[in-house]
Amino acid sequence: MSQKVTRRQFLNYSLMGVGSFMVAGMVLPMGRFAVDPLFQSDAEGSMIQTSISADDITEEPTQVDFSFIQQDGWYESEVTDFAWVYRDGDEIIALSPVCKHLGCTVSWATDDANPERFYCPCHNGLYEKNGNNVPGTPPTGPLDQYEVGVSDGYLTIGQIFPNELV
Amino acid sequence: MLNRIYDWIDDRMDITPIWRDVADHEVPEHVNPAYHFSAFVYCFGGLTFFIVVIQIISGMFLTMYYVPDIVNAWESVYYLQNEVAAGVIVRGMHHWGASLVVVMIFLHTLRVFFTGAYKAPRELNWVVGVLLFLVILGLAFTGYLLPWDMKALFATRVGLDIAASVPFIGDWIQTLLAGDEEIIGAQTLARFFAIHVFFLPAALFVLMAVHFIMIRRQGIAGPL
Ligand code: HEM
Ligand code: FES
Repeated sequence: MSQKVTRRQFLNYSLMGVGSFMVAGMVLPMGRFAVDPLFQSDAEGSMIQTSISADDITEEPTQVDFSFIQQDGWYESEVTDFAWVYRDGDEIIALSPVCKHLGCTVSWATDDANPERFYCPCHNGLYEKNGNNVPGTPPTGPLDQYEVGVSDGYLTIGQIFPNELV
Repeated sequence: MLNRIYDWIDDRMDITPIWRDVADHEVPEHVNPAYHFSAFVYCFGGLTFFIVVIQIISGMFLTMYYVPDIVNAWESVYYLQNEVAAGVIVRGMHHWGASLVVVMIFLHTLRVFFTGAYKAPRELNWVVGVLLFLVILGLAFTGYLLPWDMKALFATRVGLDIAASVPFIGDWIQTLLAGDEEIIGAQTLARFFAIHVFFLPAALFVLMAVHFIMIRRQGIAGPL
């Protein structure tokens, strides 16, 4: 440590130190600003009311629409989505219609050759009634499920989660 | 480590002469505050450039959230300032920097004026400097409308009325700026945004390049 620091070195270090400090003072806030979407907390989900009476739900999957207020940054809007809903014994099942291949919309029994399956028209994807994808068709996993409930006799829909029926 | 990376690149690319040519030049005694403290007035040009750089970078980041649309503009500014982390700082840099850059360019102009640095052979660079001043004022004017609050709206109304007072062609200028003969609205905001983030910055870059090349060619004006 007896090495002498030359005047040039000293100036170099001080200038670089001050310079880095100033650059960091600018870059850090702007960096944090830019990556903010990574740190925004997910909106907590509340159950959404539908207009379908729980008693009307049959074993045949039916399309149930539901609307909710979506907060997208500074933009608030009412968004409508739907689920395929059917009864399985005591349970009510709600499946997401979003195909697990590339995200097209699947529908129940629209393929004449597969009257007891969900069908995706985009690349002929097929799913069983419980959402399980049929091997040999493009989808790579089963359809997602929605949390369901009954409030005042009406069906309520909650968060989406990976299929637990298969 | 850094040295070795530098050497590796320099061996192949010979980059040393490039940055030497940019960075290595004489700083005459009469402009060096270490010799004469009053020479700090010669820093005003560099400080103007520094703030312009801050404006450009902070402005680029603001456009990640800002939308130039009359329904959403105010909400998006409110959101980026209050909901996004460091939003107050980033908007603050751009907001205060906008005033500071006008102050600095004005001080720089005063320095050039009172040291007589605009005289031959530097007349052309004075002309470019005046154009730079106008571009900066244009940026400050067009940027002021973007938050789309009441202050922005009425300031722009005044500005457009001033533009309309130009003899003969005033009304055309006003309509061209506002995008409509009467309304200050959707079309005005879209235009001001385009001018603020594309057209004027482009002009600014070209003029700054010309400004700096001329300074290197002609050197800094001699002492009083
Ligand atoms: C010397 C250069 C510049 C000056 C003097 C300037 C000036 C201004 C001013 C006065 C405002 C209103 C700010 C407020 O009231 O808070 C503003 C807003 C804005 N500027 Fe600039 N600006 C410059 C460069 C830029 C550049 C290069 C960009 C983008 C590439 C940019 C993007 C924006 C945006 C998105 C807004 C709206 C957000 C807000 O109001 O906070 N600016 N600017
Ligand atoms: S998107 Fe459904 S099968 Fe390809």
